[in-house]
Amino acid sequence: MSWQIVLRRVGKVYDERPVLWDISAKVTAPGAWTILGPNGSGKSTLLKLIAGLLTPTDGEVVYLHNGERLTAQQRRQAVGMVAPDMALYRPLTALENLRFFARARGLPVQDNDLLSLLEQVQLRAQAHDPIATFSTGMVQRLKVLTALVHRPPVLLLDEPGSNLDEAGMGFVRHIIREQMKDGIVIVATNDTREMDYGEPLIRLGA
Amino acid sequence: MSRSSGWAREAIAVFAKDWLVELRTRVALGAVVLFAFTSVVASGFALEPPSGVPAEVKASLLWVILFFAAVAGLSRVFVVEEETRTADALRLTVSPAGVFVGKLAFNTVLMCLLCAVTVPLYLLLLEAPVRHWNLFVVVVVLGSMALACATTAVGAIVAKATTRGALFGVLAFPVALPPLLVAIHATKAAWVSENGWRVATGDLQVLTGFMLVIVPASLLVFEHIWSE
Repeated sequence: MSWQIVLRRVGKVYDERPVLWDISAKVTAPGAWTILGPNGSGKSTLLKLIAGLLTPTDGEVVYLHNGERLTAQQRRQAVGMVAPDMALYRPLTALENLRFFARARGLPVQDNDLLSLLEQVQLRAQAHDPIATFSTGMVQRLKVLTALVHRPPVLLLDEPGSNLDEAGMGFVRHIIREQMKDGIVIVATNDTREMDYGEPLIRLGA
Repeated sequence: MSRSSGWAREAIAVFAKDWLVELRTRVALGAVVLFAFTSVVASGFALEPPSGVPAEVKASLLWVILFFAAVAGLSRVFVVEEETRTADALRLTVSPAGVFVGKLAFNTVLMCLLCAVTVPLYLLLLEAPVRHWNLFVVVVVLGSMALACATTAVGAIVAKATTRGALFGVLAFPVALPPLLVAIHATKAAWVSENGWRVATGDLQVLTGFMLVIVPASLLVFEHIWSE
């Protein structure tokens, strides 16, 4: 099964201010790629355009599966994303957050399945704690888990190592290595420690 | 893991999640109940003796209280997703229809709970003369559902606007006024008219028709607004 993401002359304008223009690229599974650039260069905007969270002002972002173009609904099922400004529900526990994202995606999961997943990211003991009490690293691990709970072929990571210690960075590296075996990973970053996560796909200017 | 599909399943998940969050934070419940309770009690003491107040004034006051309580709590159901930065995760997981219907169901249940607490207290304190109890219950249920639909629709439209407070007022006025006026008329009919059902039949049809129009229309608009 082949997955492809094609960006055709993508541009984005906010309030008459061009943020991105004429971006073209193509990625085919399996593999990992990076979007590089300094703060304010439009990395997060580009990742949101790829995720379908924003609509391009110009051009288009197309998802292909075995040559067939995906609908918006199919794209939602194909993508998992972790970003600093994508928060989870702080009043809910780790298990409740995971349960919501799994059930909203129609996964017939039981709590035991979800607890096993939490075990894999060392959050089993905190499964019933509200995530408002979690450290940044714990929240990041849970975000990655919620992004991967439906086993998407495409994983988009926006500055995945921000605020993470070495152990956290190791966890992110492990996730990327696993995902890139048969899926697509796109990482947006300006952190020198993250630039070797994949092949450079796009370099954005300031 | 295999998966089932459909916006109904998504809506149920959003509804359950919103109630869980609400039971933990009590933001909407607190705003709605506090406003309604304070208004009803203040009106009960201010309009003394209540028997001297005309039925149309009492009916108007009841629906004005319910409307502003709804605005205080129900309109924030979409805004809170933007303010807590959970909206993108929701967008990436649930279809626009699933989000809208789930939040509409949440607001409708919240509005019905508000009525269950507020209306009996109002009837008690203001000595409202109910002649047709069955009709009155139907009017309250339909009227509160219509208000929930109106506030959900407008709340969804303004959620991403930067000047959402002012925009909500401008949009809520024309959207909520028709069901409000009709509910007041039907309530008066249930309280004082001899032929209450006959007088209020048209009102009940308008309330039902309002919901049948506003929900699909706002769903169509919401699909575009929510996606950008």
